[in-house]
Amino acid sequence: MTKEQANWSPYDNNGGTCVAIAGADYCVVAADTRMASGYNILTRDYSKIAKLADKCAMASSGFQADVRALQKHLEARHLIYQHQHNKQMSTPAMAQLLSNTLYYKRFFPYYAFNVLGGLDSQGKGCVFTYDAVGSYERVGYSSQGSGSTLIMPFLDNQLKSPSPLLLPAKDAVTPLSESEAIDLVKTCFASATERDIYTGDKLEIVVLNAEGTRREYMELRKD
Amino acid sequence: MIVDSSSPAPAKKSLLLSSEADLQRTQTPYVTGTSVIAIKYKDGILIAADMGGSYGSTLRYKNVERIRPVGKHSLIGASGEISDFQEILRYLDELILNDSMWDDGNSLGPKEVHNYLTRVMYNRRNKFNPLWNSLILGGVKNGQKYLGTVNMIGVHYEDNHVATGFGNHLARPILREEWNENLTFEEGVKLLEKCMRVLLYRDRSAVNKLQIAKITDEGFTISQPYSLKTQWKFKAFENPTVGAEGSW
Repeated sequence: MTKEQANWSPYDNNGGTCVAIAGADYCVVAADTRMASGYNILTRDYSKIAKLADKCAMASSGFQADVRALQKHLEARHLIYQHQHNKQMSTPAMAQLLSNTLYYKRFFPYYAFNVLGGLDSQGKGCVFTYDAVGSYERVGYSSQGSGSTLIMPFLDNQLKSPSPLLLPAKDAVTPLSESEAIDLVKTCFASATERDIYTGDKLEIVVLNAEGTRREYMELRKD
Repeated sequence: MIVDSSSPAPAKKSLLLSSEADLQRTQTPYVTGTSVIAIKYKDGILIAADMGGSYGSTLRYKNVERIRPVGKHSLIGASGEISDFQEILRYLDELILNDSMWDDGNSLGPKEVHNYLTRVMYNRRNKFNPLWNSLILGGVKNGQKYLGTVNMIGVHYEDNHVATGFGNHLARPILREEWNENLTFEEGVKLLEKCMRVLLYRDRSAVNKLQIAKITDEGFTISQPYSLKTQWKFKAFENPTVGAEGSW
């Protein structure tokens, strides 16, 4: 007797690309706003970025229902943290929480590809990059999602991050200014949009710095 | 003659591991509804759906109401398994009842109902026993229009126009071209009828008996069922084999 096969999948890939770049005193987190399924565009105006804490934002692409559930879970945990500790969660703390939350569902994963960006307790920019089951590391910049293969090599070329294996450890954050980093992000997405069918429509950029949070938008090609 | 020793009584199988548990899980839909399409217009939301309930390739039921009111401020349209839709209506009934029992003057708006439905659908997907539907939730509360959709695996979004199933392929492109935020009621109905006509021509499971529902701050109406005029006598389809006789 052959085993019964399911004729539906609990997963879907709703596409999209995320990028985050850490600076000396800022962090840029960006993602496109296109939501797709197969060859269809479902909507052109869906945000993939969630502000988890005052100085911490997460951009996630992949299976939208899982992404949304993950965002809600972390937002709820942050609220509890605030009730218990009377303070905001630091970005490295949130980074660990996200990793643990993802690994908790190691055997039925959140199909979400995340970049976490924010300011650490010294006010320096930090970016954490993840796979779907919680493996993570702190980096100076990262991209995830359908356009990441197009963007990551370009970022490697432009930001020339020192090897994390060097001793003494060299700082990974970029010496670029905030506006230069934003320009770089816009260039990344304009390029990825050309060749990745799942990336496009609009770019949402969230900038975290000492003054607070700022949001910027840029139109992308809609084809 | 050798007599077999009688086989031992069959061991009791665990309910979770045996195929009995699988009987509890939806694997395939049986009676299904096809596309639902909806748009925001000047005064509120318009939703259109035909009244067909297909049993595989048979058009078994032709009087299925696939658009229903939810509370005071919303309408729900469903495609997919009709029995699962009926169960969702029971859930929503309980939701609205409990909301009303607070008796606090507040009532659940379309955004809240959509969020509830999203959580229900996602949770069922997590248990590998989905409600086999794609739902559209539209409504108006305090002048704010809302239109959202959620499907059987929990994927959800809101937009100015949404559709389920074939509607995504055939109706959304038309709506992207011709929708604007100042549509009057008449213009909105004409636009939806244009989309429904295309679906009627090109979706095998569509039936020519539809309802269009409207919801505004004043309340809702669901139209009486009616049919669309269709055109089949195109010159190009007459005498199709002239000039190319053959079996195909």
